[in-house]
Amino acid sequence: MNTNYRQIPMPVRYGINTVLLLVLCGGLVALSAAGVLSNYYTSVLVLAGINIILTVSLNVATGYLGQLPLGHAGFMAVGAYAGGIFMKATPLADLVRKGNLVEGIPYIVVALILSGVVAAIFGIIIGVPALRLKGDYLAIITLGFGEIIRVVLTNIDSVLGFELTYGASGLKRIPMISTLAVILVCVVLTCLVIHMIMKSRHGRAILSIRENEIAAESCGINTTYYKVMAFTLSAFFAGIAGCLYAGYLGSLYPNTFGFMKSIEILVMVVLGGMGSMLGSILSATILTILPQALQEFSDYRMVVYSLVLILVMIFRPKGLMGTYDFSMSRLLETIWNKLSPADTNRKGGQPS
Amino acid sequence: MSIVINQLVNGLQSGSIYALVALGYSMVYGIILLLNFAHGDIIMVGAYAAWMCMVNFQCHPIVSMIIAIVTSMVLGVVIEKVAYTPLRSAPRLSLLITAIGISFLLENGFQLIFGAGAKTVPSMITGSDIVLGGVHLSFPAVVTIVVSLIAMGVLTFLVQKTRLGKAMRAVSEDMGAAQLMGISLNKTISFTFAMGSALAGIASVLYLCSYPQATPTMGSMLGLKAFVAAVLGGIGSIPGAMIGGFLIGIVEALVSAVGLTVWRDGVVFAILIVVLLVKPTGILGKPVQEKV
Repeated sequence: MNTNYRQIPMPVRYGINTVLLLVLCGGLVALSAAGVLSNYYTSVLVLAGINIILTVSLNVATGYLGQLPLGHAGFMAVGAYAGGIFMKATPLADLVRKGNLVEGIPYIVVALILSGVVAAIFGIIIGVPALRLKGDYLAIITLGFGEIIRVVLTNIDSVLGFELTYGASGLKRIPMISTLAVILVCVVLTCLVIHMIMKSRHGRAILSIRENEIAAESCGINTTYYKVMAFTLSAFFAGIAGCLYAGYLGSLYPNTFGFMKSIEILVMVVLGGMGSMLGSILSATILTILPQALQEFSDYRMVVYSLVLILVMIFRPKGLMGTYDFSMSRLLETIWNKLSPADTNRKGGQPS
Repeated sequence: MSIVINQLVNGLQSGSIYALVALGYSMVYGIILLLNFAHGDIIMVGAYAAWMCMVNFQCHPIVSMIIAIVTSMVLGVVIEKVAYTPLRSAPRLSLLITAIGISFLLENGFQLIFGAGAKTVPSMITGSDIVLGGVHLSFPAVVTIVVSLIAMGVLTFLVQKTRLGKAMRAVSEDMGAAQLMGISLNKTISFTFAMGSALAGIASVLYLCSYPQATPTMGSMLGLKAFVAAVLGGIGSIPGAMIGGFLIGIVEALVSAVGLTVWRDGVVFAILIVVLLVKPTGILGKPVQEKV
């Protein structure tokens, strides 16, 4: 270890990161409010934000835990319907119509948490049996669950006689709560929580399962517990993303959350690099903005997606970023050490 | 009574198509432990090939069928060579994701070329209903069941009695040891893909006999259900895939018969989940011991 490498002390690191985040998010919101970003660009940013949450959350199960769930859209659907039905029942619709979103914040928070929790419960229900299986079988069983969720959402009303999901005709008139500010707060909180969990003891346990499950188990890690935990965490944030998606579209149809949607999210994770949060954020942003920018080629979008997926797997199986993650403090430290090298006397003039 | 028998025949008809597709899944999984997600889409390509031949080139139905089967076979081998061979030593996850990518490429590529609408394929097999003891059996159903039984018989013969079949079984048992015995891995794996895809081609022709429409996404649900059949029968086992296919077909027909048609897909996946939880190796699968 090079003792001359100076580190930025902890509170200052947090300070720098917080200030940078606030400047970035505040800047985006201000630009959007001032009309510099048109409504169209704002809505693209909102969609990118939702996709970032989805990708980062799937990355927990795929990148960090090393499993391949193919039913992420199912959790998103559960969250979207839970949040959508709840928000329709609250006075949020009136508040949104009056443009008074501030008073609606408690409802929005409850809706987000509710949809996250409902999705997490489904995550546990599906995860406990599914995680007994490995690899391909896990992929298939989650795919099966995802499809079942879709079939149930389509047909539940006709069976139970409720008017809850409105089946294939769609859940309509959901309050449009997904403003840029709401999305940015959710994105930052999602990334922060997942980052903090992954840097903790529990996160290291999850990573060790990815590296070698048998070795992890023999080190005394309760692998089943941590697998279910990672899976549930992933489902929780997928549910929140679903709720935001409901608030973004205003209407929900079960077929939106098919197998295709799961794959779209998976492509984002794989492209960015399995196990890299920076990769997930970048690829989700790029893969949302790029198709919008290339509207005239929209027919080719899915073809290009699949080609990219195959080529990345053949030539760069770890994804574009691999497991590399960006750290602002590390970058600043490097620059700081380069600009003003610490006194070299302590090395005694010998090359180290 | 005749309604029940009719439903059973319907079930056997769709079941034999599932069984043919499931055989392809099972063989490929048995040999390189890959879930070939693109397998369902090979059926779709076969159907489009048949449509092209019959509508654009005015070929004879029999010629179209042969072309459809050969196209599927070639496509299967090409996919294996282009996408799976470079990844043979890569982690299983990469291989699986590549397979998903191929499946999406085929679906979306065909949608781009031919449009999302359904192409109606002129009927290839015509014949009057067969009356058997007061029960009317539709001609395509009987042909489907008979042809698939013959195909399965031929496959069993190829796998059990020929040199290549023996090589296939050896590779699926232990790839390294088989290679040391002088078996060419590349040739054997390609042969497996060719056989599996030819079966998918036959399945696609039989599918067209009763549902004469080709759409870009027709293969995905069919493929997924056939996969369920393969898991139900025990993946990697050839008789298992046949049993699984027929079972899934019959269950589907029965679910439709009691008026729960909209829940059909849900029931099939529920079966998958129950099988995976109760006996992950399926009906005829061998238990795998984990080596540390």
